[in-house]
Amino acid sequence: MGCQTCTQQQEGGSILSSFPDKASELEQHIDSLEITHNISRNRGHLIHCLHKAQELFGYLPEDVQLLIAKKLRLNLSDVYGVISFYSFFTTNPPGKYKINICLGTACFVKGADKILKEFEKRLGIKDGETTEDLKFSLGGLRCVGACSLAPVVIVNGKVYAKVDPGMVEGIIKDCDKEQK
Amino acid sequence: MMIKSLQELSEYTEELSDSRSNTGDINVLVSLGTCGIAAGAEEVHKAIRKTINENNLGHRFNVIETGCMGLCFCEPSIELEDTKNGKSIIFGNVKPENSEKILNTDFQSEPKEIDIIEKGWYYPDEAENTDNYLQAKIALRNTGRINPEKIDDYISHSGYKALGRVIQDMKPEDVIDEITKSGLRGRGGGGFPTGKKWTFAAAQSTEEKFVICNADEGDPGAFMDRAVLEGDPHSVLEAMTIAGYAINATKGFIYIRAEYPLAIERLELAINQSREMGFLGKNIFNSNFSFDIELRFGAGAFVCGEETALINSIQGLRGMPSNKPPYPAVEGLWQKPTIVNNVETFANISTIIRKGHEWFRKIGTEDSPGTKVFALAGKIQNVGLIEVPMGTTLKNIIYDIGNGIADNKKFKAVQTGGPSGGCITPDYLNTPIDYDSLKKLGSMMGSGGMIVMDEDDCMVDIARFFLDFTVDESCGKCVPCRIGGKQMCGLLEKITKGKGTEKDLRILKSLSETIKNASLCGLGMTAPNPVISTMKYFAHEYEEHVYDKKCRAGKCQELITYSVIPDKCVGCTACKKICPVNCISGKVKEPHFINSDKCIKCGECYRVCKFNAISKS
Repeated sequence: MGCQTCTQQQEGGSILSSFPDKASELEQHIDSLEITHNISRNRGHLIHCLHKAQELFGYLPEDVQLLIAKKLRLNLSDVYGVISFYSFFTTNPPGKYKINICLGTACFVKGADKILKEFEKRLGIKDGETTEDLKFSLGGLRCVGACSLAPVVIVNGKVYAKVDPGMVEGIIKDCDKEQK
Repeated sequence: MMIKSLQELSEYTEELSDSRSNTGDINVLVSLGTCGIAAGAEEVHKAIRKTINENNLGHRFNVIETGCMGLCFCEPSIELEDTKNGKSIIFGNVKPENSEKILNTDFQSEPKEIDIIEKGWYYPDEAENTDNYLQAKIALRNTGRINPEKIDDYISHSGYKALGRVIQDMKPEDVIDEITKSGLRGRGGGGFPTGKKWTFAAAQSTEEKFVICNADEGDPGAFMDRAVLEGDPHSVLEAMTIAGYAINATKGFIYIRAEYPLAIERLELAINQSREMGFLGKNIFNSNFSFDIELRFGAGAFVCGEETALINSIQGLRGMPSNKPPYPAVEGLWQKPTIVNNVETFANISTIIRKGHEWFRKIGTEDSPGTKVFALAGKIQNVGLIEVPMGTTLKNIIYDIGNGIADNKKFKAVQTGGPSGGCITPDYLNTPIDYDSLKKLGSMMGSGGMIVMDEDDCMVDIARFFLDFTVDESCGKCVPCRIGGKQMCGLLEKITKGKGTEKDLRILKSLSETIKNASLCGLGMTAPNPVISTMKYFAHEYEEHVYDKKCRAGKCQELITYSVIPDKCVGCTACKKICPVNCISGKVKEPHFINSDKCIKCGECYRVCKFNAISKS
């Protein structure tokens, strides 16, 4: 079977061919960077490119990784090694609503752990997981620096301040409402 | 337009002040940092603008959208400043409907219904009067006062003057000499003398050198650097360029957390503005010196705050630290000499150049001159961003600036230095804060997070929280940190669950020493600090957990028992209904009973009881 990358590409079921606009935007973006024959300098653009790709696709599937590797003249394993090191990057598609609970110290002393548990209970998933219907993903965040509003929950950029476990149900309902 | 000399810069500054005299005399400063926006500052800002437009007050008021004023506890906050006589008044917890009342203030009487906040700081580069104030703002001199998105605002506050002077009138060695004499120490945590670092890098004769600004503020509970970058990005750019001139570098990188989108946006804008005016780019101030700055983003790895790991991350590698020496000042980014300084360190540079090292040395203590910015958070009344002269006591910070502990609780400890630091108890509140005194107490300055804890916080649990953090963030390169940290975390978990033994305490202690001595980088070496310091100052709490199976703070779930206080219970059945394991029995209007054998200690009954009839012990 080999590494499956080639078979996947032959089948044409890749995310790049499903979203040609985004794929070409990514390619153009990488082409606009200063790519030289100096491979170690090219690597300096890698994290930046991964950010761009994740911004476009929401996650970093294998064919996107392969595209970046080719463009920067790196090995796929180098790219994957970096992705797996940094918690910001993910290779799984995220849920529509990204619920992030700040787990910084200020939020922790004000009970962020209980809020996380309440979300886990209500959504039936653990920290770092996504619901099967791809609706919610749940994640702990390192300090967002809004300590005066502790504990803080952020859903797709919207900040909920001074959250207590009793508000969790309401936050989930807010997402449902928005969807309608 | 391009500025080519100091002369042109001062002419431009004059032009700016002339054009300002056409606008209103009264500045309306609206604090629009991340926390301000989250608290609703944008709505307030719109309402103020609307009120001014509808009532044609444009000739009186000059609205300035600023970064964070540091008054996080009363966001949204607005400062009204009369530029004619320097009078100012600060409003806190402002709502959009307050805008008319605020604009009607005559500075004599204070409007009712709106909170008035006392201004607790002064700007030492402007006034010498220090009598009534505990806070002195040098690094935060412009944060909360200027519009960070306008380079003109920065220039009219003496911006880029230091850079002009450096390039026109000073040799690189003079610049380093000035910084060395000022005694400025790295504000990122370690406190290494900045001048020394620059000297090392300048001594290298390589053609290519780099300047890096470490803006990877990862300490949970710290937000100082974010405030500077959001509120005064140009001060960092100016200082990096000065550093570039001093060590003869041509390129700078700002390594910033991806979690700070607003700071990134404002930095990108500032870099472009700076290039347009000629403060970045080729032949700055018409000299042979060229310098440019690029942003590099972090991706959620705490260890990248360590300088060698940060350099690896900029190179597009996994963010793992390397052995030192060679130090980055000798062999750093792409093996070239590199200086890595923290945001707050850079924010001090241009003032030092403008005012001189003697002026700077007057503030703070002998060995730690200047000021330090702290993010004061946790169980404190006035959560906020503060900047105090070194040597200020913890007591001043917690009780005078922070206004004491929230909800009338008893003060237990203050945690400084984040996951690398330790706890300081009430006994040491009179210690003047500087790098060395905190180290002596077994804590450290760190980047400046200060988390206040009260009697409801369990110190064993806090130690476990920090260990959990470092285990999660350990890069895995060296064994002591990777495996030792995990073991320590497991032991602490065992203790908080009431299963700890005396032997566990002993192992915990010896593991701490081993990890401290044998780890590769700062993250590992300091990882056991929260445990060492809590075991030193709160040994009795560890012992209670182990011998008496008791948690005095009521935080460790497994050590708590819930029971009904029969006298208070009215039999409303709320607890019975919510209990997930049906361990509460009792009839309506009769006292209930909790079967502690079945109870899973979820605390739901305690939460729903409206009559305080559930006791937790």
